[in-house]
Amino acid sequence: MSQVDTTTNAGQLLAAASGGRRRLGDRVFSRTAVVAAVTILALLAGVAIFLVSEGYPAFTAAASELPEGKTFLDYVAPLAFGTVLASAIAAVVAVPLAIAAALFITHIAPPRLAQTLGYLVDLLAAIPSIIYGLWGIFVLGPAAVPVLKWLEEKLGWIPFFEGPASATGRTMLVAGIVLAVMILPIVSAIAREAFAQTPRKLAEGAQALGATRWEMIRMTVLPFGKSSVISGAMLGLGRALGETMAVTIILSVSGAVTFNLISQANPSTIAANIALDFPESSGLAINALIATGLVLFAITLVTNMAARAVIARQNHE
Amino acid sequence: MLGAATKRSAAEEGKPEMSERPAGVTSTEPVTKAGRGAKTIEARDVDLFYGDFHAVEGVTMTIAPNKVTALIGSSGCGKTTFLRSLNRMHELTPGARVEGHVSLDGEDIYAKGVDPVEVRRLIGMVFQQPNPFPTMSIYDNVAAGLNLNSRRVPKSEKDAVVERSLRGANLWEEVKDRLAKPGSGLSGGQQQRLCIARAIAVEPEVLLMDEPCSALDPLATLAIEDLIAELKNRYTIVIVTHNMQQAARASDVTAFFNLDATGKPGHLVEVGATNQIFTNPTEKQTEDYVSGRFG
Amino acid sequence: MESASVSHSPELARPSSLLASGAGWRRRAKDRTMTVLIAGAFALAMIPLISLVYEVTKRGIPGLSLEFFTSDARGVVGEGGGASHAIVGTLVITGVAAAISVPIGIMGAIYLNEYGQGRLRRALTFFVDVMTGIPSIVAGLFAYALFEIFLGPGIRLGVMGSVALSVLMIPIVIRSAEEVLKIVPNHLREAAYALGTPKWKTIVKVVLPTAFAGLVTGVMIAIARIVGETAPLLVTTGVVDSMNSDPFHGRMQNLAVYAYNEYRSPGVFKQAAYDKAWAAALTLIAIVMLLNIVARLVYRRYKTEIR
Repeated sequence: MSQVDTTTNAGQLLAAASGGRRRLGDRVFSRTAVVAAVTILALLAGVAIFLVSEGYPAFTAAASELPEGKTFLDYVAPLAFGTVLASAIAAVVAVPLAIAAALFITHIAPPRLAQTLGYLVDLLAAIPSIIYGLWGIFVLGPAAVPVLKWLEEKLGWIPFFEGPASATGRTMLVAGIVLAVMILPIVSAIAREAFAQTPRKLAEGAQALGATRWEMIRMTVLPFGKSSVISGAMLGLGRALGETMAVTIILSVSGAVTFNLISQANPSTIAANIALDFPESSGLAINALIATGLVLFAITLVTNMAARAVIARQNHE
Repeated sequence: MLGAATKRSAAEEGKPEMSERPAGVTSTEPVTKAGRGAKTIEARDVDLFYGDFHAVEGVTMTIAPNKVTALIGSSGCGKTTFLRSLNRMHELTPGARVEGHVSLDGEDIYAKGVDPVEVRRLIGMVFQQPNPFPTMSIYDNVAAGLNLNSRRVPKSEKDAVVERSLRGANLWEEVKDRLAKPGSGLSGGQQQRLCIARAIAVEPEVLLMDEPCSALDPLATLAIEDLIAELKNRYTIVIVTHNMQQAARASDVTAFFNLDATGKPGHLVEVGATNQIFTNPTEKQTEDYVSGRFG
Repeated sequence: MESASVSHSPELARPSSLLASGAGWRRRAKDRTMTVLIAGAFALAMIPLISLVYEVTKRGIPGLSLEFFTSDARGVVGEGGGASHAIVGTLVITGVAAAISVPIGIMGAIYLNEYGQGRLRRALTFFVDVMTGIPSIVAGLFAYALFEIFLGPGIRLGVMGSVALSVLMIPIVIRSAEEVLKIVPNHLREAAYALGTPKWKTIVKVVLPTAFAGLVTGVMIAIARIVGETAPLLVTTGVVDSMNSDPFHGRMQNLAVYAYNEYRSPGVFKQAAYDKAWAAALTLIAIVMLLNIVARLVYRRYKTEIR
């Protein structure tokens, strides 16, 4: 019987040699892990710091030196307006559809299809934004033109649909709808998870009372999933706020600050503005663009943190 | 109540070769041919905490070499916690703390400068749920102790170790033709014997077993109990079990743990020869437990 | 409302009159309506998906050609030229981004799951959440600003794009790696510890191999997410016509930027340019779909069954 000295004797418990070697391996590895953690934090801090330092000159510069001859505030305000407007449209359109899609998948469609259907919805998230942009301007825009005309005719008294309706479809409404399609999978995925986790006892309680399926959904699933859906909507909103390419391509920009959703004259968004102007800019104009990026970062940060606060509050209940 | 437990048994397997021992260690147990012997564990005033929660208090007992010591008691009375303090696994839980003295063959395993990893090599453990490494073959599972402990062992030696361990675990005949297959393809009882083979492959001096049969069917349980009876010739074995019949069947020494009330720390009530504990215990609590009046 | 039941026995009369009673009928009609509305909404949500895939395929195929895949656009003013430089650019920029993000991301996940405690851990979890919300163009601006400090303004480099993409990719890798590491049962780690294995070896030789399939899948999905990014590259890697495979010198573009550029500056032969843009879009979608499918197949084939 061969003897393999794989361990030390009890008497060598205090042997420093092998213990030292092992502790070195542990030390190196755990230090590396900590370094990775710190690097990530440093990266994030770097983003903030660099943006602030590069953007700062634009905050303090005089209007004449900045693009369009405006002060920074005047420069960024219409862009911020456009950003929020486009994202609001996206949220208003996407959230109800996402909730409906989630309800369909979790409660109405045959259960064995649920995974496939969910996968299909998630597929929308995998498509790169440039493709959404091309689709929006070449497909959805032209297809929307008759709809825009109809809106102008029938609902033109509402400020949103004042018109004149664009002939190319390159409007805020179309851009908002494309954004809605882009954020739908995010909101829907969160809603799906929330709806699927409605406790059985709640749902069965409603059914035992003789409720129809819709009534059961309305009484138990929706209230239970409410805060998840809200936070999902806010996360989707955050994503829409930062979306660039779709808006860059689709929107016909005039810089006008208006609620008119169906005309050629639209404000730009912060992100689209950067994408359009950055390649050809230099000097203080670049600082100005970076400063607008900082503003965008701040807006999305607040939105995302609010969304997580909603989730956190729900988890504590 | 330490009575018979501290008596050392004579004439164990193999020639009693004395290996080199550093001065100051006075144990004189017989050793196996491999140059190591089953060792004694002494616990003195061991208190175990999870954060502020006092889980186990004041355990003092000796675990004799080449004997099977069973820790019994109702759920939650601290027997597994105490077991895990014997190979320094207890401290792996965040916030867990050990006070008191535990020594292996006279050496304090909690002394400053002692590497817990080293302690765990000397004191092996088998768990309640068989847990072969899912990414490794049967062969690699048994050899895991060798592979993971950074010693380059030539293949021929490894082969010998694997065979010896599998034989020792009564598993060799069943798996010798499929050593390269994954460990997860075995039945529950076979997986547990694989884990035992894995544990003994590194030739520990003590083998701790935490309810090793509770996830197994009666036939597999019997096979493991037979195995334990063989293994005690080479190792010191401590086994936690909530099955009194198993303790009565398989152990030489029994230690009974109990709780005064939920939330109170568990403590050692009585320890002694299994025969005595089950037929003529000293403490009333023990008698109540072994006669099934509670637990 | 007349009972439709023919039977005259009192027991049977009651249920059918319930069914036929006003409240029940209305409620069930509402249930049906809502079901139809919800199903309709789902179908509505699927329309863009179908339209997208259809249109990209239909419009992209005319632009595909051998030339598209084999030549770049250098010196091309006419209808010719291809996107080989964009394809190579995609591979290089994405590859470098992955080379940066995967080690950092996985080590970060190991830290969070295996080592982390206290303040650093909480800070990291919180900030990784924050990072997932960074707009892609802001990540691009950061990379630009970073390199501008060291290399001066107006610089465009392939590796800048990779850095920008890493900012987007790292949180994705960390999140998915963390999930996968969490699934590895603790009793496997304990089995290794009980054998006297040091912690780092347990992680490297037990935890990581067990989680391997999930880690690979997570990385592939993260790559799929960033392979089509345009905005951060517009501000970092710029637009270029000729082949460049060196990330450290000169401009580089990926397929997405190429598509955008063909659309934006189509030149004289508009349709040909648009065709190429769609062809690039089609190639991009194919790459993304391929990555997603292969990722799922890899997971199913190689995942470790933990009994």
